[in-house]
Amino acid sequence: MKNYKSQIALIAALAVSMGVSMCSDSLDAYALDVMLNVGINIILAVSLNLVNGFTGQFSLGHAAFMAVGAYGASIVTLEMGGPLVRVFGGPGWFADSLTFLIALTVGGVCAAVAGWLVGVPSLRLRGDYLAIVTLGFNEIIRVVLQNTSGDGPFGGALGLKGIEPFTSFFWVFAIAAVAIYVIAALVNSTYGRGFLAVRDDEIAAESMGVNTVRYKVIAFVIGSFFAGLAGGLYAHLRTTISPEGFNFLKSVDVVVMVILGGMGSTVGVVLAAVILTVLNEFLRDFEQYRMIVFSLLLIVMMIMRPQGLLPAEFFARRRKSA
Amino acid sequence: MAQLLQQLLNGIFLGSIYALIALGYTMVYGVLRFINFAHGDVFMLGAFAGLYLNKLMGPVLAAVPWPVAIGLVLLLSMLICATLGIVIELLAYRPLRDKPRLNVLITAIGVSLLLEYTGQLVFGATQQPFPALIPRTNVGGLGGLTVTTTQVLVAITAFGLMLALRFIVLKTKMGLAMRALSLNPTASALMGVNNSVIISFTFGLGSALAAAGGILYASLYPSIEPFMGILPGLKAFVAAVLGGIGNIPGAALGGLIIGVTETLVAGYSQQIGIPSGYRDGVAFVILILILLFKPSGLLGKVEREKV
Repeated sequence: MKNYKSQIALIAALAVSMGVSMCSDSLDAYALDVMLNVGINIILAVSLNLVNGFTGQFSLGHAAFMAVGAYGASIVTLEMGGPLVRVFGGPGWFADSLTFLIALTVGGVCAAVAGWLVGVPSLRLRGDYLAIVTLGFNEIIRVVLQNTSGDGPFGGALGLKGIEPFTSFFWVFAIAAVAIYVIAALVNSTYGRGFLAVRDDEIAAESMGVNTVRYKVIAFVIGSFFAGLAGGLYAHLRTTISPEGFNFLKSVDVVVMVILGGMGSTVGVVLAAVILTVLNEFLRDFEQYRMIVFSLLLIVMMIMRPQGLLPAEFFARRRKSA
Repeated sequence: MAQLLQQLLNGIFLGSIYALIALGYTMVYGVLRFINFAHGDVFMLGAFAGLYLNKLMGPVLAAVPWPVAIGLVLLLSMLICATLGIVIELLAYRPLRDKPRLNVLITAIGVSLLLEYTGQLVFGATQQPFPALIPRTNVGGLGGLTVTTTQVLVAITAFGLMLALRFIVLKTKMGLAMRALSLNPTASALMGVNNSVIISFTFGLGSALAAAGGILYASLYPSIEPFMGILPGLKAFVAAVLGGIGNIPGAALGGLIIGVTETLVAGYSQQIGIPSGYRDGVAFVILILILLFKPSGLLGKVEREKV
């Protein structure tokens, strides 16, 4: 008999996020905001984990894909939001949701296409080059967005304002649940073993007939897609976005989450996303020390515990002994 | 025509600085096979070392003739940064010598961020004016070209240092050991080369060049801040890749090409329809093109990864 545990977990997670979302008005506004941030960071960290952790390709440009998604989704709601809502019989809850879904999808697809465009040339190369190319791509996206005309759809250096606050608890955590489910299901499938093979030994994988470039590109495209969704959610949560918000440091934030949690460990990465996001709120008064702590964390982790706080093996061992 | 010559000259001055930084990347890559992300920040620290040395030793520098003063500031900053480079390698990279390359890369990013944000804490986040090492006057006459004394200083120092480096690598025992190590670490160790010492020496040498680059860059663009190293560092890295990473003359050539291309794009932005704000993107476009069509670089050798 087939084991449907993960599907049931996904449906349960969707139902819970729906339930919490319905009573989110009674939650403290600040607490809700922090929770939504946590959720968005979970999506970012889990999607980067597919690229960095499972496939072993070190990307430093996750914020760029987030930016593409954020701009893609925001432009849809800003330029076509009104007509779309009317087409769906709005304004109302249903029409708003449908419009937002379309906007998010457009953002995600744009990010996925960007991921493909960057991935195809650079993923033929070794890891350190990829890190620099993605970093460069991150900078290019930022520079291009900043140099667009202020009156155009991209808003120039000031960015976009007045985006509809569509993002709700349900959207954030539903997408987070879907991201976790899709990536876990993908990696644990027979097809998905290819990702791990590429990470563990590229040459051996290639000689076993694994199309390594193909796997790397697929990981990159899916990771970028979810980063784009996270960007769309972020834009419709903050209601304003600017190119500066998606700089290299935003990418580093996500990288720190993945490394702290343990590359290739979904549970570890989710926990790290939660801990670091909440920690950030507490450290708001010590902003200038935050990045010093983060960078020291990176160095010390790599020297003392490169597998992360909660590596995948940690869970594997427990399951076996139980 | 005059404009083209002027842009080419400006590009060469800028490019010679990129070349200095690129040499550090390429040398470290040669001996350790990894990209020292923190190199651009050593460049930044070099500029700050120059600034503070100028402040601290003001009376001394005023008393000696200006070539001595410049030499003193330059050499001391290079010494400071060389020490720093050796310490970084010792603390952050040496414990990871036999670990996967990804771990070393992440550590390097950590070191880079650590230097930037500690710099921000210590030096402040605002732009600081960099003092002129020599009075800034126009010495160019031919055909109305503008060449300032600062630019002459930059060119002479940069090319002088590159020649010095060439001497060290090709004519000294240390240089011989460096070349042996980059060819085959195991064999060089068997031949009696102390690999650890050579790696430290390479880091010191590369960091010293980065420090000189920092001071020269700050002389050309006299306003410095803790994040100034990121973009020149990245462009210099692209220069190293363009020339063929691990190849010393290649890095110098790559630096000059990047400097000239960037200056031309910025100078002719209207004619070719690219806003000059995109000048920082030029290097990355070059990087992507070179990786697509000739990943081994202009002068680099194709290296097959073996099992």
